[in-house]
Amino acid sequence: MATTDIAPQGTGGQLGRKRIVNDMSIQVATVNGSGSQSSNTVLLRAIFQMGVPISGKNLFPSNIAGLPTWYTIRANKDGYIGRKKEIDFLVAMNAETAQDDVMSLAAGASVLYDEPLGLDKLRNDLIFYSVPYDKLVAAVCPEAKLRKLVKNMVYVGVVAQLLEIEMGEVEKAIRKQFAAKVKAANLNLAAAQAGFDYAKASLQKRGAFYIERMNKTAGKIIIDGNSAAALGCMFAGCTVVTWYPITPSSSLVETMIDYMKDYRIGPDGKATFAIVQAEDELAAIGMVIGAGWAGARSMTATAGPGISLMAEFAGLAYYAEIPGVIWDIQRVGPSTGLPTRTSQGDILCTAFLSHGDTKHIMLIPNSAAECFSMASDAFNLAEQFQTLVFVMSDLDLGMNNWMSDPFEYPTTPIKRGKVLDKADLEKLGGFARYRDLDGDGVGYRTLPGTEHPAAAYFTRGSGHNDKSNYSERPDDYENNMERLNRKFETARSFVPRPEILKGEKAKIGIIAYGTSHWGIIESRDQLRNEYAIETDYLRLRAYPFTREVHDFIEQHERVYVVEQNRDAQMLTLLKLDLKPELTTRLRSISHLDGLPLDARSVTDELSTMEGK
Amino acid sequence: MATTPTAEPKSNRIGLSVIDYKGGKTTLCAGCGHNAISERIIEAMYDMGVQPERVAKLSGIGCSSKSPAYFMNRSHSFNSVHGRMPSVATGAMLANRNLIALGVSGDGDTASIGIGQFVHLMRRNLPMIYIIEDNGVYGLTKGQFSATADLGSKLKSGVINDLPPIDTCGLAIELGATFVGRSFSGDKRQLSTMLKAAIAHHGTVMLDVVSPCVTFNDHEGSTKSYKYVKDHEETLQEMSFVPHFEEIDVEYDPGTTVNVTMHDGSSLRLRKLEEDYDPTNRIAAMTRLSQAHEHGEVLTGVFYVNTKAPSFLDMLNMVDQPLATLPESVTRPGKAALEAAMEELR
Ligand SMILES: Cc1ncc(C[n+]2csc(CCOP(=O)(O)OP(=O)(O)O)c2C)c(N)n1
Ligand code: SF4
Ligand SMILES: [Mg+2]
Repeated sequence: MATTDIAPQGTGGQLGRKRIVNDMSIQVATVNGSGSQSSNTVLLRAIFQMGVPISGKNLFPSNIAGLPTWYTIRANKDGYIGRKKEIDFLVAMNAETAQDDVMSLAAGASVLYDEPLGLDKLRNDLIFYSVPYDKLVAAVCPEAKLRKLVKNMVYVGVVAQLLEIEMGEVEKAIRKQFAAKVKAANLNLAAAQAGFDYAKASLQKRGAFYIERMNKTAGKIIIDGNSAAALGCMFAGCTVVTWYPITPSSSLVETMIDYMKDYRIGPDGKATFAIVQAEDELAAIGMVIGAGWAGARSMTATAGPGISLMAEFAGLAYYAEIPGVIWDIQRVGPSTGLPTRTSQGDILCTAFLSHGDTKHIMLIPNSAAECFSMASDAFNLAEQFQTLVFVMSDLDLGMNNWMSDPFEYPTTPIKRGKVLDKADLEKLGGFARYRDLDGDGVGYRTLPGTEHPAAAYFTRGSGHNDKSNYSERPDDYENNMERLNRKFETARSFVPRPEILKGEKAKIGIIAYGTSHWGIIESRDQLRNEYAIETDYLRLRAYPFTREVHDFIEQHERVYVVEQNRDAQMLTLLKLDLKPELTTRLRSISHLDGLPLDARSVTDELSTMEGK
Repeated sequence: MATTPTAEPKSNRIGLSVIDYKGGKTTLCAGCGHNAISERIIEAMYDMGVQPERVAKLSGIGCSSKSPAYFMNRSHSFNSVHGRMPSVATGAMLANRNLIALGVSGDGDTASIGIGQFVHLMRRNLPMIYIIEDNGVYGLTKGQFSATADLGSKLKSGVINDLPPIDTCGLAIELGATFVGRSFSGDKRQLSTMLKAAIAHHGTVMLDVVSPCVTFNDHEGSTKSYKYVKDHEETLQEMSFVPHFEEIDVEYDPGTTVNVTMHDGSSLRLRKLEEDYDPTNRIAAMTRLSQAHEHGEVLTGVFYVNTKAPSFLDMLNMVDQPLATLPESVTRPGKAALEAAMEELR
């Protein structure tokens, strides 16, 4: 930690001795629908613009307005941008939760509160700053109607002053946020300035936390995973999108609609895509499959309840061998569960979604950049293997703000897979839809509308022979099932390989995937620094598992599989794939409180399991 | 050199013979109404000179939904899942707007498990022909009542249906389908004419074709038996069809005949059997259907036609070329687009 002893400031007692720079989490507790999102974004951006790595996570209720919401900004000079368990600086704007919010802080944290809340009586081991928001707002905003909206911007100014965030950067962030709306920008800027001036004149800084300019964000972007996925799908050449709104996936398609309008309308003003809001997920997946069958690059985005509804069609697509891409932005449990909390709970049900012997390719992004790049992978794999590909994102990745390198323009061309056109058919004379000519389990298909008398074939589930003629013969069924398996095995060497971080001598391995990554990289450092536990780390990026996954487990005595679900779902999938003698090496660490995985929880559990 | 010329096999306007429209051998029961409908589809497609490769056959699950295997082998076909063919058809048409989508469903497939997708298909006015082969029962699962079975209709086992039927035609008209009619698998002339007009129409065509199930629902007491339909059929119009590629040579009397000019220029002539019936009046159509229910009639004819409403594909403002085969140069924006998007996020 970059801490320097400095002279105590004011009345902070033993607090305030240290100067903790660029390492903190700031939590803003507000009410859903109060318009605090702009203020939070401005605060996040201002810190980011000062070169400090950040992440921004919104913890929100399943409600439109009136329930408590917390937004947590983590700033960390070492680039740890997963969730931090402890809150260092609380901005308490919500009277309803203020008491609880304050009581749950660790000693030494700072609290910024609205004066009438009188929170400073609650504890004496915290640092309190009170702000008369209403008075400050009234002075800068003559229009009473607007006061509620700009009130939040006042705390941005106060926090900026207390943490030494440059007001120039706050202004830049406000101008970006309100873009063309100059009047709104000016009003918000005045509110922030009022907060800043008030803090300067009336508050005495006592906490240890500071933001200092550094250079770790130059050129980077801030984006949520769903927007990254939307961009990725657009650049992947997606042409048909069908969807049914569900949190946390809706923003993926909504953002995509905007991007497609910007970049995928031809010079004649016509769209090179179709986006259709379906009547439900049964229809959304049906449309994806119809479009995939007829040759479009089609996709949908959904969450767990939608995945359940798609089950029957997913099985049909598996057997009839139809491409399509499904984004599952995973969240907790059923619709009456915690639909606005994150989870990795759909792994097992998606891997085998449907009836009979089905299994599906899953890609698992851990970052906005991978949401972007895996979109192209997903479409290429779907068409190459003529099957559905599920991209398993989650709420934390999809809806929260992530810092990222700018995305790289796709280098792999769009691969349409084995499709025979009229010219091919003229040469060949005909074809057998489900015949494995190349030994990879993948047959050749034609698209409806292909102008050749031998182009047509009849599409149905598994009751067909390799010419796609109706058949109930046992050997036809069995041969087809074996070929489908061969196809899945082929896919093993084409799906994204895992990322492996490995030293020389670790006996312990960690396997994780998706957003757990951010907690894991931080936890590995904690384990090394605090417990002298060396670990190697493999981050899964796809199912089916590639060779490297087996090797990694083979190379370690114990392998901790960390995941954000109760039942060790990925561990279960691994067990099905591993040699029996290797399965006993796997240990489960599960995280299931609906909050993004934090490093400390992993460190605590793993060190305990290691007897430390 | 042969001196006696052998008869040229008959061919249609695009040079294909009826054989080019045939399908596989049917596996449905002999006498099943569905087989007759397949025959009429073959005839209509042949007569209209439709390129079979442009047709996409789509179906759900049931005896009826199997039938696309028994006509038009030169067309792609998709036997999908129970009740959800409309979404598959919608997807296929989004991918390739040049296809002619022909959906075949059953009364179970449509009016029970599939009612959700059915109503939304009607609402969208997607260009497609949607045929319900309506026998009042689930044939493939051996004869249970479906939701189009009439009140009081009796199963072979003696069970009486005591729930009111869903009128798929009424629903279709109410929700926005633009060509809606009812026919009977046993009425060759009417069904053929309606199918030809359906091919000429651009928008959702919904045809409910009463199609008796000889195995499970053709007995005394059934309201979907051959005999019952013959005894109770009321026909709204006598119809004839003049395709756009034929000269119109027969005059008609506008006092007694409604002439509908279809999207492709063909003419559908409806000689009124009921004096003031106007098939372009939605409200009147729904009223007449309700009356038919009251009177226990099996009302057939073209109930409603609207050649003006925009189709779903028109509303989406897509490029003319099928989305399915757009090249990468069109579907993947250039580097500058990505750079611009990144710049906004910095
Ligand atoms: C999800 C699902 N549920 C049930 C079935 C069983 N099933 C097959 S066909 C059918 C009814 C078909 O009735 P209808 O559409 O009227 O067709 P018909 O056989 O009468 O032509 C049912 C219930 C199924 N295939 N899928
Ligand atoms: S069971 Fe009925 S519907 Fe099915 S094929 Fe036989 S007659 Fe037709
Ligand atoms: Mg039926």
